[in-house]
Amino acid sequence: MHDAQTKLRETAKDLLVSAKVDLVLGFQNGSLPLRTRPCFARNAADAGRLVWNRLCTNNLAVYLPRLFEKPANVRGPWTPPKVAVVAKGCDARSIMGLVKEHQVIRENVVIIAMPCQGMISLRKAEAAGASARTSKLDGDDLVAQACLECIQPSVPGANIIIDGPSRSAASDRFQRVKDFEALTAAERWQQFVAQVSKCIRCYACRQACPNCYCKTCFIDQTKPSWAGVGDDPTDLLLFHIGRVFHQAGRCVECDACVRACPVGIDLRLFTQKLVKDVEELFGYVPGTSLEEAPPLSTYRPDDSECFITDP
Amino acid sequence: MADTTEMNETAIGTQPPPAWEPRIVAFLCNWCSYAGADLAGVSRLQYPAHVRVIRVPCSGRVNPLYIVKALQLGVDGVLVSGCHPGDCHYISGNLIARRKFALLKSFLEYLGVEPGRVQFSWVSASEGNRFADLVKKISADIRKLGPARQMKKEAR
Ligand code: SF4
Ligand code: SF4
Repeated sequence: MHDAQTKLRETAKDLLVSAKVDLVLGFQNGSLPLRTRPCFARNAADAGRLVWNRLCTNNLAVYLPRLFEKPANVRGPWTPPKVAVVAKGCDARSIMGLVKEHQVIRENVVIIAMPCQGMISLRKAEAAGASARTSKLDGDDLVAQACLECIQPSVPGANIIIDGPSRSAASDRFQRVKDFEALTAAERWQQFVAQVSKCIRCYACRQACPNCYCKTCFIDQTKPSWAGVGDDPTDLLLFHIGRVFHQAGRCVECDACVRACPVGIDLRLFTQKLVKDVEELFGYVPGTSLEEAPPLSTYRPDDSECFITDP
Repeated sequence: MADTTEMNETAIGTQPPPAWEPRIVAFLCNWCSYAGADLAGVSRLQYPAHVRVIRVPCSGRVNPLYIVKALQLGVDGVLVSGCHPGDCHYISGNLIARRKFALLKSFLEYLGVEPGRVQFSWVSASEGNRFADLVKKISADIRKLGPARQMKKEAR
């Protein structure tokens, strides 16, 4: 772990000093225990603050689209920045997706591939209590569900690889979805409503998600207004169905939404269903290659028709 | 027009109340399904008067939010219909839509939305009979399910 951090700092310093990149996006220690925060390193001194450990949870790809957007106050030609990103497997998958959706310029991004052993879930750590926390940071006990089920701990599209111990890919990641599918429709609805009714509409899940870069989110639109602004339960349902469905074929299961949610809604149970369906119906796993077209922008003549009603 | 057996079933059942008739919103594409519905009409085919047709340029134009929003606004069922695969006026609009709809239907049912509330079909401009039969079937399905309450926004 520490070796990786040392190497990361050196690499970042090199990249910045040699002006190969303008910015290194990484992590630095936060002011609270067990927390890191994003680090926007622009010079060698900044690079010295970079850290790498099992608390580097955030998906930093979320910052990329706005970096590649021409600022409104710039007239005339504008050169997009060169950015290096400290990336885990899931973060790099997000970057791949953003490149495909033309939000990120691939040539301008240097993916620094980090060894990932799985990130600590703050919720699990809090539940474990202070003493258990420090002693268990090494094993899998406090690792987030998403990481236990991660199929791609290695980093796709890496430009620079920092070695270190990393976890192996999980094989079956859809057990919870399958268990949920096995319930009756009434039970599923009741659980969905129970989860969603906790929502306070802070939209942190949307803000944390690298895929949610729309200038105006459907939930904020006023013409048409898709949902009311209050806490009507059906508006919450509509928001969540809309948000999750907009991730169809795009969600990389990075867990950023789950971590961001202040009330602990089990968003993964719902986003993962679409991941599973997209994989089963269209054989597509988001963020693993740059070549394959996004599944909802294409078709095959023999796509499944089993959902069609015939009279 | 609801046929008489359907009416009788409603009358003797305890639920739903006899006054209730299904309200179904049908998104029909301009080039095939809308013309199919038109043909059913000019051919004087009888089918339950439960559908409210919304004409769209293509089944690919149907935003999944239209469907969810319709349920929130209190409709009892949603039908989306376009040209048969291969017949799309815009070549591939319905083929792209097919992927979206397959996911949406599966997702809504996963969440526990009653299966049958939201249905998809293909009806060509020459299939007036198919359209009439389709509406008969869907309307019977919805009647069996009763009024939609899950997503309906109630005045508070
Ligand atoms: S929906 Fe959640 S898990 Fe999926 S990509 Fe967005 S933040 Fe990550
Ligand atoms: S982060 Fe949680 S509470 Fe906030 S809008 Fe998303 S689901 Fe709702």
